[in-house]
Amino acid sequence: MRTQETLVMFAIFVGITLIVTYWASGQSTTRRGFYAANRRIGGLQNGWAIAGEYISAASFLGITGLIAFYGFDGFMYSVGWLVAYLTVLFLVAEPLRNTGKYTLADLVSFRLRGRGVRATAALSTLAITLFFLIAQLVGVSALVNLLLPRLGSIAAIVVVGVLMLIYVLFGGMLATTWVQIITAALLLAAAVGLSLLVVAHYHFSLGNLLGAASTVPGGSHATNLLQPGLLFHGAPGAWNLVSLGLALVLGTAGLPHILMRFFTVSSAQAARTSVAWAMVLIGVFYLSTSFIGLGAATIVGKDRIGPRMYAGQAIAYIAHHPEQQDRLNDQLAQYAYIVPQSDSNLAAPLLGAALGGSLLTAFVAAVAFATILAVVAGLTITASSTFAHDIWFSLVRNGSGDESEHLFVARAAAFAVGVVAIVLSISLRDFNIAFLVGLAFAVAASANVPIILLALSWRRFSRSGAMAGMLSGLVASLALIAASPVFLGSRAIFPLENPGIVSIPIGFIGAILGTLLWRDRESEQMFDQLQVRANTGLGAEV
Amino acid sequence: MHHIKTSRWSSLAAEPEFRALVRSRRRFVTPATFFFIAYYLALPITVGFWPAVMSRPVAGPLTLAYCFALSQFAMAWILLAVYLRRSRKYDLQAARIRKHETRELYDAQS
Repeated sequence: MRTQETLVMFAIFVGITLIVTYWASGQSTTRRGFYAANRRIGGLQNGWAIAGEYISAASFLGITGLIAFYGFDGFMYSVGWLVAYLTVLFLVAEPLRNTGKYTLADLVSFRLRGRGVRATAALSTLAITLFFLIAQLVGVSALVNLLLPRLGSIAAIVVVGVLMLIYVLFGGMLATTWVQIITAALLLAAAVGLSLLVVAHYHFSLGNLLGAASTVPGGSHATNLLQPGLLFHGAPGAWNLVSLGLALVLGTAGLPHILMRFFTVSSAQAARTSVAWAMVLIGVFYLSTSFIGLGAATIVGKDRIGPRMYAGQAIAYIAHHPEQQDRLNDQLAQYAYIVPQSDSNLAAPLLGAALGGSLLTAFVAAVAFATILAVVAGLTITASSTFAHDIWFSLVRNGSGDESEHLFVARAAAFAVGVVAIVLSISLRDFNIAFLVGLAFAVAASANVPIILLALSWRRFSRSGAMAGMLSGLVASLALIAASPVFLGSRAIFPLENPGIVSIPIGFIGAILGTLLWRDRESEQMFDQLQVRANTGLGAEV
Repeated sequence: MHHIKTSRWSSLAAEPEFRALVRSRRRFVTPATFFFIAYYLALPITVGFWPAVMSRPVAGPLTLAYCFALSQFAMAWILLAVYLRRSRKYDLQAARIRKHETRELYDAQS
């Protein structure tokens, strides 16, 4: 892989984002500025920022790779990411903007006043953001090993962590937003550009591309990548996908770092417009994964997707691995390099190399790193606002404290969260923690979404119901994942890799039982006010 | 925004204009939500339980499964467009209620 070109492109990206941060630092002098960019982000801008916050490097490299190796079964992963935004659009974005101030806990504790509800909501927000943050930062280490093997993975985690802290500490939400917008633009350019190159390679004929994808040579017989069944088989595969799909489609509407984006716009209409733009961009991106994946499979070829070894290195490797000698010698004679072990995550960068040369590969790699930065900056500011606004300001200081104290706590919290995440990620970098993202979605879907929906629609819903729902959703998600094949392998007690299909109903049942057991007249009285505010925008924060 | 008293919120919530807004929103959002979740989950279920049917090529080499997956994108965008169209009506209704309420507050103060 081209280390130098990638680093230069990444450095240009970092340079631009640092200039943006410097410009934004002047506007982050109040809470409203620091957490919510003064609510002056436009709907279109926020749509791009949501896309930049949402699409991860795992989608860009991981899903395209799964499609290259497993065709349709990989593409099934792409579908849910767009459909999930219908939940955000229909149920959450507008009421949240109309009733909240800075955090998810604002909406929940609007009618369910009390320390317990806010503390529990803050706990679930912090858990979700930390799971995500660690997954992303450990991903940096994997990405460096894959794309820039000459660099150290610890150094890379520290560099990404420090940049994320600079954006958040100095530029607040405004800088974070623009980092996400720039990243989304680069990501869309890379994805759409690669897709167009694939279509151009097939002389602008979709028929040719699909024909090639349905008969991919390799092994003893050709593979049809358009057919299901290459990765998942039968009923267990189906239930795993249903559970994951449910967690994805409901959980997105409970992800604190996505929801926080709706506080940066001026009104519920702008929140709606931003979801609409985000859905256009996210849809285009995930459609293009199909072109990239099928293109990589047919143009590069599965057996050539993986880290490559050239010349002396290749000869030394073959000498040490006589069992693979025949295959590797053939490769060496044919391509002048060998691919001892295939790795699907390299599908997009190697497709770039095949269609656009080393500069395009470097661009794709640099975009993957930029994507991680955009996501972790959003997560850090979310954790910081939850800590400062929900825990410090509302619970510890009971709503007192001036602006400068508040901003100091917010920045200190961002710093602490960042440092903890960096240290944890460095110590966990050699573990496979891919399950953390699925877990974060499951917690969001099981602990947050039932509470948001019931608070907005059920008059009788009570404080004890909210706490019971959040805690049962959280505990069920954690317990089920601990009992799943992810941790226990073949000795698993719970058969599915994602707990969603069980933990989401548990979250709802917990919330309903808690409500039916303890009546809460005060929260019932507040329902009218919440309903009027949520639907009309009367009294919304400006 | 002026401060609105607690009792006033309850009478606002009971007004026919507001009930109409809530009702027309729910009439769309509730069935649409159940529909898209069912449509989405139908993909892994059909592929998992009827792989042979879903492997059938229907448009050139494109299989039924792939077409169904692609149709999910169209479904999401169509529902988005329908909702955006309908929400213009909700916005007008909400704006009327806000305007009415602000005038009432102004009258009460003067």
